[in-house]
Amino acid sequence: MGLKQNLHNFKVKNKDKKWLPGFNALFTFLYMPNETTHGGTHIKAADDLKRTMNTVIMALVPCLIFGMFNAGYQHYLALGEIDAANGFLGASFWTWDNLVIGLLKVLPLVAVSYGVGLAVEFIFAIIKGHEVEEGYLVTGMLVPLIVPIDIPLWMLAVAVIFGVVIGKEVFGGTGMNILNPALTIRAFLFFAYPTWMSGDKVWVHGAVERAGTPDAISGETLLGAYAQNTSLAGIDYMDMFWGLIPGSVGETSKFLIIVGGLFLIFTKIGSWRIMLSTLVGALAMGLIFNGVVDAGWIGESSKFYGLMSVPFWQHLIIGSILFGAVYMATDPVTASQTNKGKWIYGFLIGFISIMIRVFNPAYPEGVFLAILLMNVFAPTIDHYVVQGNVKRRMKRLKAKVA
Amino acid sequence: MGLLSKKDAALITDPLADNNPITIQVLGICSALAITAQLKASIVMAISVLFVMGVGNVVISAIRNIIPSKIRIIVQLTVVAALVIIVDQVLKAFAYELSKELSVFVGLIITNCIIMGRFEAFALGNGLWRSFLDGIGNALGYGIILIIVGFFRELLGSGTLLGIPVLGDPIAKTGLYSIGYENNGFMLLSPMALIVVGIIIWVQRSRNKALIED
Repeated sequence: MGLKQNLHNFKVKNKDKKWLPGFNALFTFLYMPNETTHGGTHIKAADDLKRTMNTVIMALVPCLIFGMFNAGYQHYLALGEIDAANGFLGASFWTWDNLVIGLLKVLPLVAVSYGVGLAVEFIFAIIKGHEVEEGYLVTGMLVPLIVPIDIPLWMLAVAVIFGVVIGKEVFGGTGMNILNPALTIRAFLFFAYPTWMSGDKVWVHGAVERAGTPDAISGETLLGAYAQNTSLAGIDYMDMFWGLIPGSVGETSKFLIIVGGLFLIFTKIGSWRIMLSTLVGALAMGLIFNGVVDAGWIGESSKFYGLMSVPFWQHLIIGSILFGAVYMATDPVTASQTNKGKWIYGFLIGFISIMIRVFNPAYPEGVFLAILLMNVFAPTIDHYVVQGNVKRRMKRLKAKVA
Repeated sequence: MGLLSKKDAALITDPLADNNPITIQVLGICSALAITAQLKASIVMAISVLFVMGVGNVVISAIRNIIPSKIRIIVQLTVVAALVIIVDQVLKAFAYELSKELSVFVGLIITNCIIMGRFEAFALGNGLWRSFLDGIGNALGYGIILIIVGFFRELLGSGTLLGIPVLGDPIAKTGLYSIGYENNGFMLLSPMALIVVGIIIWVQRSRNKALIED
């Protein structure tokens, strides 16, 4: 009679209690339960929800760790205390000092995101009397990666409650949601507390509290600078690629996102169709805008000139379109399910992202809005793809009969 | 209820909860989203609709037997439009700032589906007294949701109630603001009004399961 058996007996004894799902959640987190699925199961597959989610989390961990170092690096770089790192393995990047800042600032974000989110899940599981769902595992990891480093923790907590309840639980919980919960959380923060989510101060730790003092430092993202038509002398494209630039915690390193994306494709967790088509869509829109500038329709005096004249391929590395394409758009619940639908869905995400980025300087980071919009349209796309298929086969059938 | 018979009382109480025009019939949503960012505007809107519906229902009920049924919609529109113009003029005369804030939404009371709906569904087939009660009841049901939504939106969005700061001063950082609290700008946007209405619907239906339809 080990601990596991005792816990199981405890569970059987209390099977009518209201709080049992809460206990079950902890129990199955530690042990495999002593029982199997009741009733008829239809799908027999080795990869369950937990494995899927764990794989995504594994793909996110490099971004998180990089984000911690980058938090400190950007802070000290803005203060002028260290030299630029010059490349991914630069000496002034992977330092203990940088990591300390990262740990102090990023770990609380992770803790709040998971603590609050799982608490909401527990409460709903107990109210509804079902098992606690794993759905929050990935969301909880994504949320700290897509917010600015200095976001107050209580705001994050409020947003997480909103995102999990309104974005997911009201629709019936994990697997039923229309909108990506992590992006719902970001959208809530963005519209509720815009001063903490956009602008030129929030992206580097310490920039907000120093604003207006002689010690003020710039905390602007490159994208923000482009949107304001600020000239960007001396920006190194390799820095953008490696991720040594200010931005949300985990989205800056394009290199690590690509590695994570390849990992997801290799493990067949993420859809390569969505990732590829998103990038194609973004490049297409970028090319169109470049064409407009080349044709001379938009002059330098236009407020769109800054972002429109960016060479089309740079759109992939200056914002978070890659992060969105790899980790957000591919969310299997909210994306299109059909293969043809995935191409359309991804292409429109990329296309609309760049459109929002260029046409609305107030929202230079339009990726999350584009993904949320396409989340809403994903079922419609699927519907027409399936109907198109049905029609084609009906025609074939008729031809055969006739 | 000495004043009203049980049946008449139901005309007032039903729309307040179990047959609420906003949360059950989901009518009149547009104005509920547009003007509830401030509690004061919500209250004025509620009172305006109360007046228009109470009087309008009585007028329609009074002339219900002489309205040719082919042109009844035009007649109803004329009655609503006349009443709304009265409300609009009164607001402009005595509460100019507020009428500017409500802008076109006072005029748009004309198109409020609750009003036309009650004219069509009730006043055309019932007597004066019952029509009056029905109008008042539905307007109250509409108004109570408006005021609830307005209360939360103004409190959380601006930190004020009826324009009076209740959570402290956001610029001087007093009260709640001194510990880092900030107003929720999302509350002032219309989508959040829809979500607040949705939450009210959710709460109401989980308290009264009979209201859940498949």
